[in-house]
Amino acid sequence: MKVGRVVGTVVSTINSPVFDYRKLLLCDLLGPDGEATGGYTIAVDAIDAGAGEMVLIIDEGNGARQIVGQDPAPIRAVVVGVVDEMTVDGAAVIAPGT
Amino acid sequence: MQLGRVIGTVVATVKYDGLEGIKLLIVQPLDRHQEPEGRPVVAADGVHMAGPGELIYFVGSREAAQALPETFVPVDHAIVGIVDATEELATGGA
Repeated sequence: MKVGRVVGTVVSTINSPVFDYRKLLLCDLLGPDGEATGGYTIAVDAIDAGAGEMVLIIDEGNGARQIVGQDPAPIRAVVVGVVDEMTVDGAAVIAPGT
Repeated sequence: MQLGRVIGTVVATVKYDGLEGIKLLIVQPLDRHQEPEGRPVVAADGVHMAGPGELIYFVGSREAAQALPETFVPVDHAIVGIVDATEELATGGA
């Protein structure tokens, strides 16, 4: 899984059926230091993550399809959690409340 | 999934079984700010409605083939949606 930050949303009405009625979040990907790596992904929101929140993103099809309960479905990236805290080498890189 | 812009089309009459009737489009991947990033790819059109110049989003790897009627085909990029709007969210305090 990857850690990211929700920085935007993507609105789409013409799309593959699996994305109907699902919110698409634009997420910056974060490195182990908690900083943006420059990469990003569009992920389906499965937990109602809010703007600016640090989130946990699965980026693998089989798991994603189990979450949305549809097979086959062209889906990989799904937001599956909100990160409260992330500690690396003993240092909190994502502190609670940020 | 990533943002992309359709910049062209590819016509191939001789191709692998199951790819008949699948529109092949040339997509320029975009970064989060919709600036071109990386090399264009040929993507199958999973929504059958993407036209030149359109802002789309596409999926890569095995999942791309799952956007098509025939899911066991050699496709590694597929357009899975046309973007109406993107909205940058103010990333204020949580």
